[in-house]
Amino acid sequence: MAYDLIVIGSGPGGYVCAIRAAQLGMKTAVVEKWATFGGTCLNVGCIPSKAMLNASELYEEAEHKFGEMGIKVGKPAADLAAMLKYKEAGVDGNVKGVAYLFKKNKIETFHGAGRIAALGKVEVKADDGKTEVLETKNIVIATGSDVAGLPGITIDEKRVVSSTGALDLPGVPKKLLIVGAGIIGLELGSVWRRLGAEVLIVEFLDHILPGIDREVANQFHRMLQKQGLTFKLSSKVAAVDTSGKTLKVKVEPAAGGVDAKTLEADIVLVAIGRVPYTAGLNLEGVGVQKDNRGRIMVDTHYRSSVAGIYAIGDVIAGPMLAHKAEEEGVAVAEILAGQAGHVNYDVIPNVVYTYPEIASVGKTEEELKAANVSYNVGKFPFTANGRAKVNLTTEGFVKILADAKTDRVLGVHILGPDAGNMIGEAAIAMEFGASSEDIARTCHAHPTLTEAIKEAALAVAKRAINF
Amino acid sequence: MAEIRVPTLGESVTEATIGKWFKKPGDAVAVDEPLVELETDKVTIEVPAPAAGVLGDIAAKEGDTVAVGAVLGRIKEGAGAAPAKAAAQPAPPSAAPAPPKPAAAAPAPLAPSVRKLAAETGMDAAAVAGTGKDGRVTKGDMLAAIERAASQPTPVPQSAAAVQVRAPSPADDAAREERVKMTRLRQTIARRLKDAQNTAAMLTTFNEVDMGHVMALRSQYRDLFEKKHGVKLGFMGFFVRACVQALKEIPAVNAEIDGTDIIYKNYYHIGIAVGTERGLVVPVVRDCDLKSLAEIEKAIADFGRRARDGALKIEEMQGGTFTITNGGIYGSLMSTPILNAPQSGILGMHKIQDRPMVVTGKVEVRPMMYLALSYDHRIVDGREAVTFLVRVKECLEEPARLVLDL
Repeated sequence: MAYDLIVIGSGPGGYVCAIRAAQLGMKTAVVEKWATFGGTCLNVGCIPSKAMLNASELYEEAEHKFGEMGIKVGKPAADLAAMLKYKEAGVDGNVKGVAYLFKKNKIETFHGAGRIAALGKVEVKADDGKTEVLETKNIVIATGSDVAGLPGITIDEKRVVSSTGALDLPGVPKKLLIVGAGIIGLELGSVWRRLGAEVLIVEFLDHILPGIDREVANQFHRMLQKQGLTFKLSSKVAAVDTSGKTLKVKVEPAAGGVDAKTLEADIVLVAIGRVPYTAGLNLEGVGVQKDNRGRIMVDTHYRSSVAGIYAIGDVIAGPMLAHKAEEEGVAVAEILAGQAGHVNYDVIPNVVYTYPEIASVGKTEEELKAANVSYNVGKFPFTANGRAKVNLTTEGFVKILADAKTDRVLGVHILGPDAGNMIGEAAIAMEFGASSEDIARTCHAHPTLTEAIKEAALAVAKRAINF
Repeated sequence: MAEIRVPTLGESVTEATIGKWFKKPGDAVAVDEPLVELETDKVTIEVPAPAAGVLGDIAAKEGDTVAVGAVLGRIKEGAGAAPAKAAAQPAPPSAAPAPPKPAAAAPAPLAPSVRKLAAETGMDAAAVAGTGKDGRVTKGDMLAAIERAASQPTPVPQSAAAVQVRAPSPADDAAREERVKMTRLRQTIARRLKDAQNTAAMLTTFNEVDMGHVMALRSQYRDLFEKKHGVKLGFMGFFVRACVQALKEIPAVNAEIDGTDIIYKNYYHIGIAVGTERGLVVPVVRDCDLKSLAEIEKAIADFGRRARDGALKIEEMQGGTFTITNGGIYGSLMSTPILNAPQSGILGMHKIQDRPMVVTGKVEVRPMMYLALSYDHRIVDGREAVTFLVRVKECLEEPARLVLDL
């Protein structure tokens, strides 16, 4: 019996795609290699890291802020084993949720590695070696991404770890060296720094968080340094000597040359990014083309070079974000159902879940300058927000970039407490083509942190009230 | 339960604006009692209660535009006990069944910035092509449309009045300004006056008339006339008769242009401009060539009274072939009236003022009035216009000409 759609991979892209397809009446199956559904995001990515970030942030708050608010708890202690259990419970709840949703939507699930044997045929090889061939009209590849490695450095997930291993360290390392000052490096660096590690982050570029608005990144850089993270910018890790009890890491200037230094670390976290994961799919065999960075090439309807084979999420171009994959999953399911599925790539929010958080949507000042767009800037600091003041969370600011002529909001950047939750408002405004005045004229509840967004919108027209 | 509907409003009038409800839901009403005022392009009319009872729900609010035949509200039976009960239950205007406008789908609500710009500039957001999600109009779309409208004066005749962009006032002054919506009558007046200016090749010729003879005639027969006809002997009757006399001689002034044709009218319906609180209205005295002076005076007196009460019917303001306007009652000494399109001539009367005139070689004090004739030069030649006005002058200075048909 043939399926209408088989989705390979059950991460945020794959599972959402399958559910949407089932809602639209397609007979749908999902193939998942891992024991649990949810892919990187739910098992070893977004969800467990947020558990660790949440726990460690509260721990730090208890240690440093409770006293100021009049709460006496003595010196709090971190029980890492219990914290990891809390994290696992969170992951467990989420992956089971996906299994439940599959059942609810009558989506058939197959555990094993999927391989496109031929057009319309997906071979599933289970862990015990048994294979099964499923027939389908359409295939969506949603196999996601894998950790990008560094040449000459082997990730053993014990002492030289990726994000996966870094979320499961049995003890707090004394010295943690992180390669890469991107989102993953800064989030996990924050977790272990809060729990007591000495954290050094080595970054190839001369600034942290590439792609984030530079003003935001620079201010955030200073905040992290104040928190105790140390950075080595414009530097690269050439080798890790694992022979001794402590790791010996050879760090060189990015430009190369003579100034190589050897630094000691208990744990090295490689967090330089992720690469599309397509191993074992037999793409070459069926003729699915990839670009020079290993990403499956698709058209605007997510069609690969082979009819009936589609791809979404981290395996295709674009930001490697769970919510971007989800949107694409919905769009491709709707396109397969004959609807006008579409993803607006101009309005995809991006969040760094550190303290404070960074959230942004739309264009950065650097991008607008490069595109020669004239714009107005409205900025509002959380030091002038009443709620932030009483919460003792006055770090950061909201920045809104609006077209100089039409006042249309082109980018919103928030560095501050709860930025990730607040960016949704900006995304909706931008999705509807709002002007900064539209945001400024929308009533915001008082006292909330979101008032800072309204004030930043007012500041575009130089008429902020509270600053 | 009786429905209150928009009555037939006369030819070419298909919709009206709700002016004012005289009754609230729950009020007791008698049959034929005025319930609501409707403003149309031409006239303001009152809609009477079709039955006695209690005013139930109101389906069209003040300011709503309603089509002919639309339901305005309902009258419930039972007068006495009902008011208290009806007042106790809140009137549900939102639950009104038939929305007045026949819009197919409710348009998306406008963004706050767009609403503000629309209110400030008069730019109709519905007429602006939206580039936002699902075709919504963004602030940028509005700004571009306003800029376009400002750079091309009067792009489309119909929106000429609406699309004017007003530069914002200084805050200090803005607080002391009042913004009032134009009534439909006022909008129509504005549009029609501007249309007339844009269409006709309009110019004005002047003359003056010695009113001594008419005044003498008037004082001589005033009492007798009033006794017999029940109406005062005024000046208007003489002017109307003088104009009819002149129009017969110069038919172009009584004609209108229709495309490439000229329509000469062998009937004489003279519009008399009447100023009211709401604005100018022009009731029409029909077949003035067939009416006696007394009949004309009676008709004008009746129109004047009803115009001030807002009680003129639409058909009474249609079909004029020539118009007379009298700025003299407000003291005007000279003016250039604007044509009442599609007519080709309008006579302006002015204040009578004693002035020194040379009469047969001697300076005498005479009661003089300047006369103005604005005319459409496209079909009325200068010679014709001047001759017309001279003929009017002659008929008034020698009223015997009216009798002798000279």
